[in-house]
Amino acid sequence: MSIRAIVERCEDLYHDLDLGYVRDWKARHGAKAIGFMPVYVPRELIHAAGMLPVGIMGGADEVEIIRGDAYYQSYICHIPRSTIELGLAGKLACLDGMLFPAICDVIRNLSGMWQIMFPDRYVRYVDFPQSWVPAAYDFYRAELREMLHDLERLSGIEATTERLNRSIALYNDNRRALTELYDLRAEQPHRVPTSELYLLLRAGNVLEVSEHTALLQDYLGAARGTERPLRDNIRVVASGLFCEQPPLSMVRAMENSGCYIVDDDWVLGARYQHSETPQSHDPIRAIADSYMQDTVQTATRYVDDGHNGDYLVQQVRSRGAEGVIFAAASFCDPALLDRPMGARALTDAGIPYTAFTYSENTGQIQVIKEQAGTFADSIKLWGSV
Amino acid sequence: MNTEVQKEQSMVIQKKMLGEHYEKLARARKDGKKVVYTFVPGNLNELILAFDMLPVHPEVNALQSGMRKLSGDYIQEAEKLGHSEDVCTYVKCDIGMLKKGNLGPTGEPLPEPDLLLLSYTGCFTFMKWFELLKQEYNCPMVMLQVPYQGDGRITPSMREYTARQLREVLVPVLEQVSGKKLDEARLAELLASSARAEDDLVYVWESGKHRPSPIDGYFGGVYYIGPIFTAFRGVPGCEAYYRALRQEVDFRIAHGMGPTTPEGELRQQKYRVVVEGPPNWTSFREFWKIFYDEGVVMVASTYTKVGGLYDKGFRHDPQDPFNTLAEYCLGCYTNRNLPARVDLIEQYIRDYDADGFLFNSIKSCNSFSAGQLMMLRELEKRTGKAGAFIESDLVDPRYFSAANIKNRLESYFQMLEAKRLAA
Ligand code: SF4
Ligand code: SF4
Repeated sequence: MSIRAIVERCEDLYHDLDLGYVRDWKARHGAKAIGFMPVYVPRELIHAAGMLPVGIMGGADEVEIIRGDAYYQSYICHIPRSTIELGLAGKLACLDGMLFPAICDVIRNLSGMWQIMFPDRYVRYVDFPQSWVPAAYDFYRAELREMLHDLERLSGIEATTERLNRSIALYNDNRRALTELYDLRAEQPHRVPTSELYLLLRAGNVLEVSEHTALLQDYLGAARGTERPLRDNIRVVASGLFCEQPPLSMVRAMENSGCYIVDDDWVLGARYQHSETPQSHDPIRAIADSYMQDTVQTATRYVDDGHNGDYLVQQVRSRGAEGVIFAAASFCDPALLDRPMGARALTDAGIPYTAFTYSENTGQIQVIKEQAGTFADSIKLWGSV
Repeated sequence: MNTEVQKEQSMVIQKKMLGEHYEKLARARKDGKKVVYTFVPGNLNELILAFDMLPVHPEVNALQSGMRKLSGDYIQEAEKLGHSEDVCTYVKCDIGMLKKGNLGPTGEPLPEPDLLLLSYTGCFTFMKWFELLKQEYNCPMVMLQVPYQGDGRITPSMREYTARQLREVLVPVLEQVSGKKLDEARLAELLASSARAEDDLVYVWESGKHRPSPIDGYFGGVYYIGPIFTAFRGVPGCEAYYRALRQEVDFRIAHGMGPTTPEGELRQQKYRVVVEGPPNWTSFREFWKIFYDEGVVMVASTYTKVGGLYDKGFRHDPQDPFNTLAEYCLGCYTNRNLPARVDLIEQYIRDYDADGFLFNSIKSCNSFSAGQLMMLRELEKRTGKAGAFIESDLVDPRYFSAANIKNRLESYFQMLEAKRLAA
């Protein structure tokens, strides 16, 4: 497939708020689908129970909020209201269950709202350890076992050790392909425009994992073989976009403002862990260990040593970036409370940054483009801001 | 017996307790006492006291700054330092206060912590708050993660996880920081004392079922929770306070009296209301006045349950210290899922025979606020009673619009009146 065809396919999926792919997949396989909110859930469990995991990231600027606003005060971020809008409009009706990961109080409370609004649907709040002690390992394993049990009951398929290991292998393949994609972009950002990478990531929210991996590999092959003009852009890391997503127009504006984004945290759940989950006789333990031991650092994950921001500095250094763009959804507690710590670490390390907020349906694209452009210009001119 | 003397007794006790606590804090370094910063919901006061350490609660500092009209400056100070306008103002108030010398209510600086005990119960912001403080203080930080009741129940694995952290992580850290071994007998004694005070507090809460109500379960209630939610649960002074309070309430019941407001007794109780959400601290009196001027009494509230839902039966159990502390942390109000919160308010509306209910939606606080509009509609549906919804903030004076709130509430009271006439 050509780059263009791949990107078009992803863009179609991105715009398809009715989840046509999911409905088709269910019909083809006579199986169920489980939705999940950002940032991370162990998708291997859903997959091993014979169901399709579907990442839901709000409605961007593509859904008109008619009822959603009546559920939320103005000072709460946008993603829950568009998600409710999608739910009430019946667009998520093909999801047989919904998982709400423990990332913040808004998603947490949304889990309870979902229970009230959709009483006949499976709803689970996925609690994660925020402590890295032995009791936490046991707790998380017990949580995962309980969730797997629920999922098996829902699908009627037993997630045997063999099935779990197979799912683990498929998700390892997917992570490997994503790592390659990110590495290629960092090395040769002109070959992998961020808007394309972003659409590829978003496609992974719906596509069955092996299909997504194949698509990534096709893209990688095509991108390596395609010459594209190299621009005089600065290299930046974008941080704070792990939950509510900017609209596609903003992603494009960011990269057309003179910045090559060489690392970021959008659709972070797909790249949550660094290494592969080993296949073993106790796959639940392996999945739990991967979560506990070897993941990215992000605002929704506890840092107990006061070194918040070190990871960001490391990211900047390892990707050869020249600065950081902090972009957070308005009213996003985790991202915005984390920001001063990240900023402090960057200042200590002499790394410039700029910061703004957005919402998934923001119309202020020009302002954001100008801010990112000014940031890029000042780095080009003076190496700082 | 005369009411003023009665009233003064519990107030005087509380004031004295607080004064002594702040004096102890001011002397902590000199006295060689170790200081623990920790949060109110799910606090482990008995455990901290068993190690002879002194607790400091950052939310209490923030609310006191709010009441003393200092919070606006503190918040702006934090925002100047790069903290977002969009986040919890308790955090910013605390950071601003810290940057301006960390002066406590006595005017003396609060001692720096020897330990940050992150009791992570019912609010995500707690985690970020202490991560921020960890950058300011060179002291250890320890986490007690309390799983959220996502399905509205406490599972054995949640209890086990919480209790194991207490035994395996917290106690060793507290032993190390305090230099003392855990004295289990002392812990049991403290827990037994807590349970006795809790009995009396529940008696006080339930008195709101009387007509007229002898208490205001929200504005008055925030004073009633002072000792038991903070540094005093487990000590004899705390028991004495609740005994005195109970006697005052008994006196008022016996004489058909209402609660005492800043302007005297609330005699004419026109409407009985249940409240959800924390109060506004910067204009606390002004806010309260809107209600008592109209003869509105708050018969029950959820905010007064953030540090424990004793009226639903929980008591600290001296026989089983770690499980009881775990159960306590797991059961705090904001650690309950939304359906359970709706159930509780519905019960309050029925049990306390309320005319309506009020949501004070706090801009800062997603833990409380996210989902409240749906809770309101659900409660209207279930109870047929009218609900009011207003917005303010805990300690950011910029978000208390007196005229707006007053207007809204006046229309609401008219609606209650109309409903009554129609009934
Ligand atoms: S955008 Fe931020 S606050 Fe809103 S749901 Fe996501 S993580 Fe929570
Ligand atoms: S978000 Fe709410 S519960 Fe959490 S610290 Fe702020 S005011 Fe307290």
